[in-house]
Amino acid sequence: MNNRKTTPYALVLPAWVWLALFFVVPIGGMLSLSLTTGNVVTGFQQTFEVGNYATAVSSYWEQILRSLFYGGCATLVCIAVGYPVAYWIAFRGGENKSTYLLLILLPFFVSFVLRTISWRFFLSDNGMLLGTLKDIGLLPEGLTVLNSAPAVILGLAYNFVPFMILPIYAVLERMDPHMVEAAHDLYSDRIRAFTKVILPVSLPGVFAGVLMTFIPTSADYVNASVLGGAYNTMVGNVIRTEYLVNNDYPIAASITFVLMGLLLIGIFSYARALGTEKVMEVHA
Amino acid sequence: MNHRSRAHLDPALVRGLTTARRGPLISRRRTLRAGGAAAAALALSACGVQGQRREPVAVEDYWADKERTGRLRWANWPLYMDPEHTQITQFTEATGTEVEYKEDVHEAPTFFGQIQPQLANGDDIGYDLMVLTNGFQLSKLMELSYLAPLDHTRLPAFAESAGESYRNASYDPGNEYTVPYASGITGIAYNPEFVDRQITSLQDLWDPAFAGKVGMFADVQEIANFGLLANGVTPADSTKEDWEAAADRLREQRDSGVVRSYYEQDYIQPLTNGDLWITMAWSGDIYQQNATAGTDLRFVIPDEGATLWTDNLMIPYTSKAPVDAIEMMNFLYEPEIAAGLTEYIAYISPVPRAKEILTDWAGSEDDGERAEALREMAESHLVFPTEEEYQKLHNYVTLETAEQEEFSALFQAVTQS
Repeated sequence: MNNRKTTPYALVLPAWVWLALFFVVPIGGMLSLSLTTGNVVTGFQQTFEVGNYATAVSSYWEQILRSLFYGGCATLVCIAVGYPVAYWIAFRGGENKSTYLLLILLPFFVSFVLRTISWRFFLSDNGMLLGTLKDIGLLPEGLTVLNSAPAVILGLAYNFVPFMILPIYAVLERMDPHMVEAAHDLYSDRIRAFTKVILPVSLPGVFAGVLMTFIPTSADYVNASVLGGAYNTMVGNVIRTEYLVNNDYPIAASITFVLMGLLLIGIFSYARALGTEKVMEVHA
Repeated sequence: MNHRSRAHLDPALVRGLTTARRGPLISRRRTLRAGGAAAAALALSACGVQGQRREPVAVEDYWADKERTGRLRWANWPLYMDPEHTQITQFTEATGTEVEYKEDVHEAPTFFGQIQPQLANGDDIGYDLMVLTNGFQLSKLMELSYLAPLDHTRLPAFAESAGESYRNASYDPGNEYTVPYASGITGIAYNPEFVDRQITSLQDLWDPAFAGKVGMFADVQEIANFGLLANGVTPADSTKEDWEAAADRLREQRDSGVVRSYYEQDYIQPLTNGDLWITMAWSGDIYQQNATAGTDLRFVIPDEGATLWTDNLMIPYTSKAPVDAIEMMNFLYEPEIAAGLTEYIAYISPVPRAKEILTDWAGSEDDGERAEALREMAESHLVFPTEEEYQKLHNYVTLETAEQEEFSALFQAVTQS
């Protein structure tokens, strides 16, 4: 009799243990750490110091807002670039769909950092791209792209665009082509068929893509440190500095939670606005 | 039988666990919530990071039971020994000890961040010997007693050959924990392809003529030193007011649009290709770049002065092979070995006799090209600064942990915007 009640719980136990071990415990530890005071020499004591959060926000609000802005811009670029690509592969890819998808993923077999660094050569003042365009007089001599906000946003968009293409593609691929035919039968031109049928059907894919690009791009620090300049520090860089350079774990943990909170608020209001209440379902 | 065993799993329960819940399960959720809150409170008060200072150990006590193991793991900065690891081969030939050499130190603070938790725990960090620059992290390692006290009876070559300025440094009086590996100068480098005048002063780094083409270092101590020197302050004697004034000076430089970016160590390539025209730089990097890539970059010690830093060999107290490590330390002070190392790394050797040996080698070398390179090196002021140049070189300010926080915050506000 006893067995009958406990078996199902035993079956989900691995999942719970996994979640507890790799999510609940670390996040609890971080939360606890964010409320301590001290330094690495004397140790950090639990004092429930909420002031850490005030310090984190007042010192780094600029970097936090900038990160959300860069992440947002990169996400928009990803939609602008990724949607047409996904559309084309899904509807015009024919028999070679998987080849095209492979081609999109191919550059991503190279390490993330190396890919980002290669942009440095490409974008340098007298490099392959700018140097050539300057030589033929298409760009002014003094123009600089590397070490600026556009370079960081470009790097972010480049590094995360597959995470936008794949979910949109997955939705469009599954779409019943008869729906488009039906739209045409009902006198829709191509534009109306797109805006009234294809786009609404693909929105869950776009939504998933936004989650998968906006969250990691906002928290990224590699692009800002490799492609950024004197004014492009993102919150990821700040967290890294606080952890690894200053060994100020409480402040680093506080910034992490502030960022997490802002991202959660952003995502849920976005879900509201989009009319999708099933955030998690789409994500899954 | 079959039927019964299947009945063990109530289908309703299975459904309840595997499909999304439709109605609210108030009572269960409430219990969970209460339990969760209690657990969270418990966890929050239980966590916290213990004080991590250890009691210092006397030299005799530390070395009493230590024996040679024949295997040494060494962490060093990248490009700090020739790719064939000549000195290691020589060491293995001389002692029989196998060396696992890892270029794992890329940035002192990050490296410290990696090894600190293990050292606090008393665990092996995977290295028996490591090289770190004098600075905040080295001071912390000593303050926390994470380094093995050196037994100088095992360092006869150091006693014999180390240059006067490399003994008894202010950051480690009596070489209690460290001996120098190599030193270098932080000064100004520029690319004459783009800069058509002689650079002599720190003020050149503030010149609007180089707008967007000036590189500064991201490291707080490095950049602070330049701000202080630009204000005419000696870093080692600086006060809090001086730091604030220096930070203001550096902020003004940033806000005038002169600074392109704050670099960790990747400034050489931009300097070569024209993204940077003039930058803070390390002497040996510029020497190496010119020697290997045939570039014509210039390095200057500005009139206002520059800084001299030292990379030091040290043994973490959890080292598994401290005897092999201290043997290596001693070995690197054999003048011939030190000269061989200098030939490749082009940084300042703590062994002054290396200069003589390089000149001797140049004289007996048949290969004209190498002879020329050796002679050039022996005469280079970047590798063997003159007495007069040493006068212009300053040490870092040494700070307690609490002061370090203030200091870092001031200058990070400049570099991290």
